[in-house]
Amino acid sequence: MNKPTLIVLKALVWIACLYPVATLAYGAIVPGSPFDLGPDPTGKIEFATGLAALRLLVISLAITPLRQLWSKLSWLIKFRRLLGLFAFFYASIHLFAYIGLYAGFDPHTMLADVLKRRFITVGVLAWLLLVPLALTSTTGAIRRLGGKRWQQLHKLVYLSVCLGIVHYWWQVKQGVLTPMPITLTMTALFVARPILTWWKSRNTPKRIQPNPA
Amino acid sequence: MLIRKPNAIAGSDIPSSEITPKEKWLNRRSFLTGAAAAGAIALAANRFDEIASPSRSVLAAGKLQTVKSPLTTTGEELTSFKDITSYNNFYEFGTDKSDPARNAGGLPTRPWNVKISGLVKTPKTLDIDTLLKAHPLEDRTYRFRCVEGWSMVIPWVGYSLSEIIKQADPLSTAKYVQFISYHDAKVEKWASDSNISWPYSEGLRMDEALNPLTLLTVGLYGDVLPNQDGAPVRIIVPWKYGFKSAKSIVEIRFVAKQPHTTWNDLASNEYGFYSNVNPNVDHPRWSQKTERVIGKPFYAQRKPTLMFNGYGDQVASLYTGMDLRKFY
Repeated sequence: MNKPTLIVLKALVWIACLYPVATLAYGAIVPGSPFDLGPDPTGKIEFATGLAALRLLVISLAITPLRQLWSKLSWLIKFRRLLGLFAFFYASIHLFAYIGLYAGFDPHTMLADVLKRRFITVGVLAWLLLVPLALTSTTGAIRRLGGKRWQQLHKLVYLSVCLGIVHYWWQVKQGVLTPMPITLTMTALFVARPILTWWKSRNTPKRIQPNPA
Repeated sequence: MLIRKPNAIAGSDIPSSEITPKEKWLNRRSFLTGAAAAGAIALAANRFDEIASPSRSVLAAGKLQTVKSPLTTTGEELTSFKDITSYNNFYEFGTDKSDPARNAGGLPTRPWNVKISGLVKTPKTLDIDTLLKAHPLEDRTYRFRCVEGWSMVIPWVGYSLSEIIKQADPLSTAKYVQFISYHDAKVEKWASDSNISWPYSEGLRMDEALNPLTLLTVGLYGDVLPNQDGAPVRIIVPWKYGFKSAKSIVEIRFVAKQPHTTWNDLASNEYGFYSNVNPNVDHPRWSQKTERVIGKPFYAQRKPTLMFNGYGDQVASLYTGMDLRKFY
């Protein structure tokens, strides 16, 4: 892929990633606009940021299987860090919105919630697991850690996305199936990995290489 | 027998609502003036959607004849008609809050019958027009608190359910009242979006059902109930979480034992039979100490939740001696 194409694509991905937060900000500033936050702005902010975080995590997880499937798509790797960091960005707004709009910045309420409510417990855990990943996302950090250790550490993203999805299921009411599509997508991506690895190793027995980055 | 019950023979006592088209119910001149005024305001405000379909407040003028009630809640800012009719939990029409407003159009609210059944002297069926005429309709503004943690202030129209219960003449063995909602999978195509077993069922203890606050509700903002809010008739129990207030009811059944109720069937640890609004008893997944007021900006939504949703003076005595942590 040539450089200008990459720059254009990166710009488009940035715009797509900023779209949810931009519409929320616009809706908050200009009530009555098409992006109005609706009857329950608190709920809207919380839901939109949580969903954006989960979607970006799942999309970032799709990159490796897609590259395995079509070697022509190997350039997708250049977008994974961006997607991961945006996922962390949305997860952080989601957490901060909870702290401010739900817990009212009250430490007792927060502590009680984290200890007593399993959906909040797993949500906070999912966010905490993303923190070291965001901190070690720089090229310098990858070099310092060494590719192998960095990769080991970044496997935490699987756990984080699973907890994120459990958080979603435990938050909705019993009987509500809205988390189903993203759950199925994540499951498909998880299942695709070992299958694709096996398929690749069968077709190219001599060239088994660890996934780059 | 020459004496005929008003609803006994179909067609012989046609309810006025079935003859008179909607617009003609209104005073024609005041309707036109109102519509013109609304048009001007809409123009001034650059609200083209308002011109295309005049707002409900104009169409509603005088739609239902109502009287004031001492039981109405005063001193609260009303939630807007738009929010009350676009932010709904009505899972038969989809699980998203905006789904019912989009999907409930097909609910066949006329003709509509409500069966009075179970432990009563004479089981009977009341059509909606009989229900509308059975007692003067009252304006009853109530706070509405959803178990999910949000709240509204809603100007309902209706009368105390006790009026219908008295007419129904339940047997002394009737200890509970069960409400069953309309269900037709062909109309409510979205009902399968959740794994709830329909029809929706709710219930009250007899003394709760007889409490004057418990409202047989037929209107909103002076007009008939919009479909997404449970047309044409629903129950409103203002001191309990919203899901206790069954929508679009087709049967009121008097029973001896506590009836099964939909959300309690699904998750009894989260939705008790009583489900009185209680800031001291948390939902297992969130605190009920505070609520977010619908329609306020995000930084001003949160406010403390009141015991019995602020209706303790009228209803606390129903629960004397009961451990409300146990009977949540």
